[in-house]
Amino acid sequence: MVKEIERAGIPVVHIATVIPISKTVGANRIIPAVAIPHPLGDPNLAKAKQKEIRRILVKKAIHALQTPVDTQTVFEE
Amino acid sequence: MGKYKIVHYLNQFFGQIGGEEKANIAPRVEEGPVGPGNAFNNALGEDAEIVKTIICGDSYFNENTEEVQNEIKNRLEEIKPDLVIAGPAFNAGRYGVACGGVAEVAHSLDIPVVSGIYPENPGYDMYKQYAYFVETSDSAAGMRNALPDMVQLIKTYIEKDGELGLPKEEGYLPRGIRRNVFAEKQGSKRAVEMLVAKLNGEEFETEYPMPDFDRVDPVDPIEDASKARIALVTSGGIVPKGNPDHIESSSASKYGKYNISDIYEMTQETHETAHGGYDPVYANEDPNCVLPVDVLKDMEEEGKIGKLHEYYYSTVGNGTSVANAKAYAQEIAQELLEDGVQAVILTST
Repeated sequence: MVKEIERAGIPVVHIATVIPISKTVGANRIIPAVAIPHPLGDPNLAKAKQKEIRRILVKKAIHALQTPVDTQTVFEE
Repeated sequence: MGKYKIVHYLNQFFGQIGGEEKANIAPRVEEGPVGPGNAFNNALGEDAEIVKTIICGDSYFNENTEEVQNEIKNRLEEIKPDLVIAGPAFNAGRYGVACGGVAEVAHSLDIPVVSGIYPENPGYDMYKQYAYFVETSDSAAGMRNALPDMVQLIKTYIEKDGELGLPKEEGYLPRGIRRNVFAEKQGSKRAVEMLVAKLNGEEFETEYPMPDFDRVDPVDPIEDASKARIALVTSGGIVPKGNPDHIESSSASKYGKYNISDIYEMTQETHETAHGGYDPVYANEDPNCVLPVDVLKDMEEEGKIGKLHEYYYSTVGNGTSVANAKAYAQEIAQELLEDGVQAVILTST
C-alpha cells in the first residue's frame, strides 16, 4: 500500500514494528514502532505516558515527511 | 546414513499453545513432534524423525528477532539435527518471516531447511536463499497438500544426499541462487534457439529471469508540515465500532473510508479493530495506539500540522493478497490526490 500511494506522488511515512517487512513492501520512510499489536502505545504504561510516546513517534513521522531521502531510510532517533 | 534427525519449528498456534493472545511467548523446546509434526513424522516413516520441536510466538519472534535467532542457534548447536522443518507458514506474514529467520540461522550452521510458504508471504522474498520453500496455498486449509509436498522434498533430499536438482524439477520455489552446470549446447546456440522460438511465438524458457525490482523512488518531502494536509491510512484494521463495512478479519476484500472530523480521540466506545492477525485487546482498548488520531488532532490545533484530513482509510493487512492491497491503495491514492492531501502516515501492525 505504501508503494502505491507513493507511486501516485504522495510522500508516505510507514510506522511499523517489523522493519524488514516494511522494507520488503517498499516503504521509503520508516519509523520503528513499539510492538506489533500496539505500534503507537505501550499498555504497560499509564494513559498519559502512552500518549507521550505516541506523540514522539508521530513527531518523528512528521519530521521524516519533511526530510529528503534518496533510498529506503529508517528514522531511528 | 541412519535416520535423519529433524527439528521442527512451529508458531504458538500450530504448536498448540494458543492463538493471538499467546503470540508473545518466548521460544521453548518440546520433545518429539507437536501438532502437524505428528503427521510429518508418520509420513516420513523410516527415513527421518522429528526429535525436537521449537515453538515461538509470532509476535515475540518478530519483535525480538536477534535474541530469538541466537537462542535457536544455541539450541540447534546442542541438538545437531540433520535437517530443520519450518512451518509451513502459508500466507501468515509474521510466521513466514519467523520460518525464514529460523532458516537463516540453520543455514549458518550448514543445516538444510525445508519449509512451506505462499509466494506472496514477505518471509519468502526475505529469506528465500536459506531454505527450500515448497509452494503452499494462502491458508492453513492447504495443509493437506503442503504436508505431502514437503515430505516428498525431504525424502528426495535424503535420497540424493542433499544434491537437489532445479526448483521446478524437485518442487520448491526458486532460491535466487545460480549454480554452474555443464550444458550440452553452447550459450550462443541456446540464445539463438530461444530467439527463434520467441519469433515463432513458441514457448521458451529464459535461463535468467529478470529480477522483479518493483521499487518506487522516494517522493520529495513536504516543505512545511504546518501548512500540509496529512492523511492517515492503516492496515491495522481500525474501524468504527461494529465494523459497519464488515471488513474481513483476514484476506480483506475491501477497505473502509471513515470520517474523523468530529473525533478528537478514538476510544473503545467509538472504534475497534477488525484485524484477526494480532491480539486485538490493546487496539480495542485504545485504538489510538494503532491510529494516532488523538496526537494528530492535538498537533493540528497547535498548528504543527496544517490539517488532519477528514477521512482515514483502513483495511486489514492479514493474508490480504498483494494484488488486492495494491488495488485498494491505488484507489485511495487517487482520492487523496483529488482531496489535496500532501502526505500520508501509514500505520501497520
